[in-house]
Amino acid sequence: MNNEQLTAKILSFEPSAEVKEGHQYLTATVASDKVHALAKNLRGSKDTNFDYLFCLTGMDYGDSLGVIYHLESTNLKHQLVIKTVCPDKEKPVLDTLCDIWRTTEFLEREVFDLFGINFNNHPDMRRIFLEEDWVGHPLRKDYSDNNIIVK
Amino acid sequence: MAEIIQDIQEQEYIINMGPQHPSTHGVLRLVLSLRGETVLSVQPHCGYIHRGIEKMCERLTYQQIIHLTDRLDYLSAHINNHAVCMAVETALGIEIPERVKYIRTIMDELARIASHQLWWCSFGMDLGALTAFFYGLRDREPILDIFEESTGGRLIQSYYTPGGLMKDIHPDFQKRVKDYIIYFRKKIGEYDQLLSGNVIMNQRTQGIGKLTKEEAISFGVTGPSGRGSGFECDVRKHRPYGMYGKVEFKEILRSEGDAFARYMVRMDEMRESLNIIEQLIDNIPAGDFTVKMKPVIKLPEGEYYQRVEAARGEFGVFISSKGEKYPYRIKLRSPNFSNLSALHTMANGQKIADLVAIGASLDYVIPDIDR
Repeated sequence: MNNEQLTAKILSFEPSAEVKEGHQYLTATVASDKVHALAKNLRGSKDTNFDYLFCLTGMDYGDSLGVIYHLESTNLKHQLVIKTVCPDKEKPVLDTLCDIWRTTEFLEREVFDLFGINFNNHPDMRRIFLEEDWVGHPLRKDYSDNNIIVK
Repeated sequence: MAEIIQDIQEQEYIINMGPQHPSTHGVLRLVLSLRGETVLSVQPHCGYIHRGIEKMCERLTYQQIIHLTDRLDYLSAHINNHAVCMAVETALGIEIPERVKYIRTIMDELARIASHQLWWCSFGMDLGALTAFFYGLRDREPILDIFEESTGGRLIQSYYTPGGLMKDIHPDFQKRVKDYIIYFRKKIGEYDQLLSGNVIMNQRTQGIGKLTKEEAISFGVTGPSGRGSGFECDVRKHRPYGMYGKVEFKEILRSEGDAFARYMVRMDEMRESLNIIEQLIDNIPAGDFTVKMKPVIKLPEGEYYQRVEAARGEFGVFISSKGEKYPYRIKLRSPNFSNLSALHTMANGQKIADLVAIGASLDYVIPDIDR
């Protein structure tokens, strides 16, 4: 599928999505509560068949936290980026995509560990790198630790 | 006594494998739930050498970042750096000289061979074939010498830099690489004689640690491990970079999805890497080894992603820039982390000794998992 067809397809799944053509990838920005439904459709539909999630990035935009998903279809070869932002920075919550791509099981734990975004329905929502009693989430921009981070 | 044995066979019990276990190849702790010798679940505990490289990168310039990506998967140091350099070059819109592309591709493939050789060493050793370790290290040594001569480094070289290379190749480089191709073509036959057809090794790997193609895609298991399950995931083939679009090579695929398939994919990949180097080594064009870059690189605002094929799978660099000399955020997609997430699926229901074979066939490098 080329980008125009993909855009039409995404908008048919989720009319509120904002689809833009970036310099590398087609990028769809959706509200945080719509991600799971859209992802499920993109994975399930034969025309899109995004079966391979190759990167999941947590982001701290300063005033809000978000996640970026990089998707690819292994047989149709098209790629897509989905972006979403958690509305509440104090209590950031997203829906897990574990039931769609199992690789997110670890990747979401990493985002939880380093950014503090909670994933609903995740089977094992624990920190993955740091100790259970670690205070704070180090990849956030406002994280400070006088012992470890040299200014 | 009989009662105790009965207990062990019936009850579920939990043991720690690692973090200092030789077969975990580094500081990885696997919490195993067992019944008798059968593995019921595997829970990896990572983070023993988490260094926060992504956080550190937010306070480093793009030239400095190279020295940290070296230290992720230290056996594919060249390839990791290739990804960062290409991401920066595409962002700036720089066209790098042909000579650089040739040298980078050759260096990448040499690194892949050296990495697979070390995997072969440790694979044999994990299964009790200690001789393999000496054979593999013996043949890896000349590659490290070639690296040392041109780059100054043996394990981590920091040889690529945004815009080109740190310095030009040594005058003897081409001759030594050509000699090495002839040498290793002979020696790789020995590897097959020694281990590939070995009955003990075959019985310990065939049908062990099965992963279907669908599972491999869902878990994002890439590299030789994914291709052993039939997942066509070679970035060199499907999204060519460097000189890979211009050379002929096969994407090695097998359908069995067991530990032996992953073994055979790596063996064949070493031969393919030799073919790639052979096609390039005589044709390195003359020219500059780098384009002139400003001492401080500022990427235009935006997001950039670069995928490359590291020795263990797909490595990716995501750079988000706000137009400053430091990146706003860097994400490193490490192949080992995704490969590790499938370990439970592969090992579930197998014997504990098979877990060692599965781990060996996944070939994980812990600093790449922890980052």
